Amino acid sequence: MTELPASTERKLGLVIDLDTCVGCHACVVSCKGWNTENYGAPLSDQDAYGSNPSGTFLNRVHSYEIKPDQGVAKLVHFPKSCLHCEDAPCVTVCPTGASYKRSEDGIVLVNEDACIGCGLCAWACPYGARELDATEGVMKKCTLCVDRIYNENLPEEDRQPACVRTCPAGARHFGDLGDPNSEVSQLVEKRGGFDLMPEQGTRPVNKYLPPRPKDVEPEIDILAPYLEPVADDTKGWLGWLDKTLSALPGGDR
Amino acid sequence: MHPAPSVIIFTSFSGLGFGMLFWLGLGMPASTGFIAFVFFTIAYLLAVGGLLASTFHLGHPERALRAFTQWRTSWLSREAWTSVVTLLLMAAYGAGLVFFGTRIPLLGLIGAALSMLTVFTTAMIYTQMKTVPRWRHWTTPALFLTLSLGGGALLAGQVRFALPLLAIAGTLQLLAWIGGDKRLIQSGSNIATATGLGNLGTVRAFEPPHTGTNYLLREMVYVVARKHAARLRIIALVFGFGLPIILLSLPFSHIWALLAVLSHVGGLLALRWLFFAEAEHVVGLYYGRREAGRA
Repeated sequence: MTELPASTERKLGLVIDLDTCVGCHACVVSCKGWNTENYGAPLSDQDAYGSNPSGTFLNRVHSYEIKPDQGVAKLVHFPKSCLHCEDAPCVTVCPTGASYKRSEDGIVLVNEDACIGCGLCAWACPYGARELDATEGVMKKCTLCVDRIYNENLPEEDRQPACVRTCPAGARHFGDLGDPNSEVSQLVEKRGGFDLMPEQGTRPVNKYLPPRPKDVEPEIDILAPYLEPVADDTKGWLGWLDKTLSALPGGDR
Repeated sequence: MHPAPSVIIFTSFSGLGFGMLFWLGLGMPASTGFIAFVFFTIAYLLAVGGLLASTFHLGHPERALRAFTQWRTSWLSREAWTSVVTLLLMAAYGAGLVFFGTRIPLLGLIGAALSMLTVFTTAMIYTQMKTVPRWRHWTTPALFLTLSLGGGALLAGQVRFALPLLAIAGTLQLLAWIGGDKRLIQSGSNIATATGLGNLGTVRAFEPPHTGTNYLLREMVYVVARKHAARLRIIALVFGFGLPIILLSLPFSHIWALLAVLSHVGGLLALRWLFFAEAEHVVGLYYGRREAGRA
């Protein structure tokens, strides 16, 4: 049903630390790998080795330059996938009921057998989290690795989304954002986690942690003391030369 | 947004078809027999042809029947219902006129109302998109409805209604363009809110996530050159409204009427192309494509 649940028992989602992300795209690769081999239709590529490659991805890493009013610009790597919104506009527009939000854990999923591939849900998403697979003709999106997180055939440390498991920088965190005492909620609280495009009214579950402010070093020039003029008053032969040359046209006096 | 031919044809022709059914439902023209058959055939070809065209952009058209299930939340699903119910009702009404020479006014009236409800549901599919600020405005359904009524009146030969309706539609279109050009900036969404990093400084898209293109860019980040858009707007206004109004104001002749129809349809197709091509989706912000003051 495309009616959104009034509330969900848990709010599973990701917390992405923009301070620690190094922009290596490992999460993109592991996501593509896992989700091509498991849940639903594989994520296809078109012309993968040709001149105009294109393909379906559920997670993509942008990079932004931030130029503050003072000081140097900084680069922020910015992974983006489905935010599993509480008011998911992609779900309510679906004409077939293929898109739904689970009441037990808040994950937004697509039942690919019911998807007609109209693309309306991708239009409704402000974040570009949904991509229509060009080969399968069905809508693909992040499942929060629903086939990993509850999978008892996997060792316990692997029961988290592939992107989180693989991140070498520890920039991605998975947990229940509906529980204020969970590690992810605490992290959001402590670091001032924020929503993307809050003005769209989607109430995303996933949160982003801002880059930490950089230290500003006091300016220390260890050579300066040695370069200061030794004497201000000049006498003798050099004193006469200095005064004479300075008095010539183009001199500093 | 990508101006896909299937959606342009769908919205333009089904709008004209349902507009024509509206006037036929009201008994304008009050023809029966073979004349009624011709009118109804044209209306159904337009309406059904348009609806069929819309299935061409589906990834799985064979599952289209499922689109009837989610009418409680989905405007697309509501459109599926209103269009089919309208077509069935008007078929019964038309059969009465064509084969029995009798008009059931109540049936026609309900069919006419449902025809406009169908056009309204089509318009709402676009109007509901908060992600496309240009569309999310009362002028979108108002324009879809007046274009359908005006074009329908033109096709049904109701000149005294077609003239004012086309004039109103043209005015609404101008309003939609003037307001629409500012609406993305007014929406408050920009690269700063998209990344949430605006409080740290000026945000600029430095590197995209992929070297090639992707579905998002193809489907939602279509960019038209301003110069071409301005020219097309003038062409659309002249052919969609100006020329038909002049031709209809001349002493009536079937040649002028036919030219008026052809001119209006041409203008309408240009309008719909612009409706999609000029619509800015906020996802473009993530790609640095929709920064204020840039196309």
